Amino acid sequence: MAKFFADAPFRLYLGVVLVVIFIILGGILPWFAPGDPLVWYTAPRNQAPSATYWLGTTSLGQDVFWLLTYALRNSLILGLIVAGLSTVIGVFLGLAAGYAGGWLDRVLSFFMDALLCIPSLPILILMAALFGGQLALPFVGLALVLFNWPYPARQVRAVALTMREREFINVAWFSGESSVRILVRHIFPYIAGWSAANFINTVLVGISTESALAVIGLSSAQQATLGTMIYWAINYQALLGGKYVWIGSPVLAIVLLFIGLFLVSSGLSMRSSARRMSI
Amino acid sequence: MALLRYIAGRLVVYVLVIIFALTVLFFVPRLGPTDPVEAMLAKVASQGAYMDAAQVDALRQSLSDTFGLNGSLLEQYWAFIKRIVVTADFGPSLSMYPTPVMSLILNALPWTFGLLLTSTLIAWVLGNFVGLMSGWKPGSTTSRIMEGVAICLYPIPYYILALVLSILFSYVWKIFPLTTTIRGAPWSWDLVTSVVWNSFLPAMSIVIVVFGWWVISVKAQTTALKEEEFVRYARLKGLSDGRILSRYVLPNAILPQITFLALQIGLMFNGSLITEILFDYPGLGLLIYSAVLQGDFNLLMGTISLSVIAVATATMVIDLIYPLLDPRIRHR
Repeated sequence: MAKFFADAPFRLYLGVVLVVIFIILGGILPWFAPGDPLVWYTAPRNQAPSATYWLGTTSLGQDVFWLLTYALRNSLILGLIVAGLSTVIGVFLGLAAGYAGGWLDRVLSFFMDALLCIPSLPILILMAALFGGQLALPFVGLALVLFNWPYPARQVRAVALTMREREFINVAWFSGESSVRILVRHIFPYIAGWSAANFINTVLVGISTESALAVIGLSSAQQATLGTMIYWAINYQALLGGKYVWIGSPVLAIVLLFIGLFLVSSGLSMRSSARRMSI
Repeated sequence: MALLRYIAGRLVVYVLVIIFALTVLFFVPRLGPTDPVEAMLAKVASQGAYMDAAQVDALRQSLSDTFGLNGSLLEQYWAFIKRIVVTADFGPSLSMYPTPVMSLILNALPWTFGLLLTSTLIAWVLGNFVGLMSGWKPGSTTSRIMEGVAICLYPIPYYILALVLSILFSYVWKIFPLTTTIRGAPWSWDLVTSVVWNSFLPAMSIVIVVFGWWVISVKAQTTALKEEEFVRYARLKGLSDGRILSRYVLPNAILPQITFLALQIGLMFNGSLITEILFDYPGLGLLIYSAVLQGDFNLLMGTISLSVIAVATATMVIDLIYPLLDPRIRHR
């Protein structure tokens, strides 16, 4: 860990701190919730923030603070799964395209380019409208993976293309190393830093796109996410009633979480490009 | 000759992308766990309309027709592609019967394009200016502050910013309208001010985010270009800072921005859809939303197909502009 931060830029520290705060809020605190915060009328309605209700309560009698932790948990899980799958699929297909070349490369590259210029949100809205007005989170995740693997794939393909020509790969090859070992020992270090940065960025994009769908009421209504929280607040007239804490807390959470994620992702890519230069 | 080959290559890819996108759109309704026809019938029933069995059957039949669910899969697919590509006909709108979907879309498109183009242009000019300035003197306080501001703005999604702006300037401090209402006779000064006044907040939400990205990227470019030999030569030659920035640094800093724009246009479009819905702005986003709310399948399929085609076309146009700006591609 100390080595990780040794040549890290300041923004990486700041980003990690922000993200860790939200991981604690969304990953650990929900276990300590006094009850399911989604259930209506488990708290008095329309309370202002106080010692018992840290962020007040909604007009449906939900505790905003605990609702927020649940929303954060679901959004983070969605983002992590989307980013994990997209990165694994993207790196694998990118390596395959760059390494194999030929028709496989052409076909895969076409799909990468095509998916990059199709906007994801209209497709998600279409799915939501056709699947009964609301889209369950697993479907949202699946669609997001489909639209997000091309980013890492393109980058990894480009790296793999240059790698094929490098001397040390040939040396490793002719000294009898297996291709799996070459991939893991010699090529992976080149794409690891960038892939990590892209992974974090995909977490951001995943959470953001789901929230966009949720803000207009087309994502799952059974689970709280940051977006559905905003949707409920708008729908139950939190703004006209002047209940700015109710709508403000998920908005502020998204803003701070995204700034944190962006700082980590750009910090990581700065760090890895600085290291590549120095090699 | 090389340029011609480049353009031809791009056009072939463009046609393939459009076909691929339409294929995706064709299969989405068929991959769902629910039958869209039954879902729509349930929606009609839930709205309180009482129908006897024969009427339900008639409605089911006519919906299957509009969904293009009759015949074999291949026939359905061919009919779907032909209807969109050859005739550009999405049928009549079901909720605003019998207005054709196409004319509704044509009314909405100028609003979406106007909003996106104007705000991207404003953000581009501002972002380039601030980015160049802060990249030229990366250590100065103003430059650090500007970069800090940009880093805090760029990761915020458009719709969140739209929400924040509308809370601040329409609820708390009531200076801008909450929803869009355009007034004034055609081609009058009233109409122009009304459009600008109503578009201000939606446009700002896009301008601010895009501005953030441009500052970050142009600053990084400028800081790197500053160390290049040709910039040092220009400085030693005694050229003014303004001339070096505008003639030596800016043209080189613009190229990566164009690639970025091509990659980002889909995300910007996503953002503007939600922004339009939040502000009741009469563009494509609001049209898609009303199609969803009213279960208007023809309108939904039309607007979604058209937005996908529009984004793919915009990406291609940007790709075609690229060689005009980069002589290195032209002469290869």
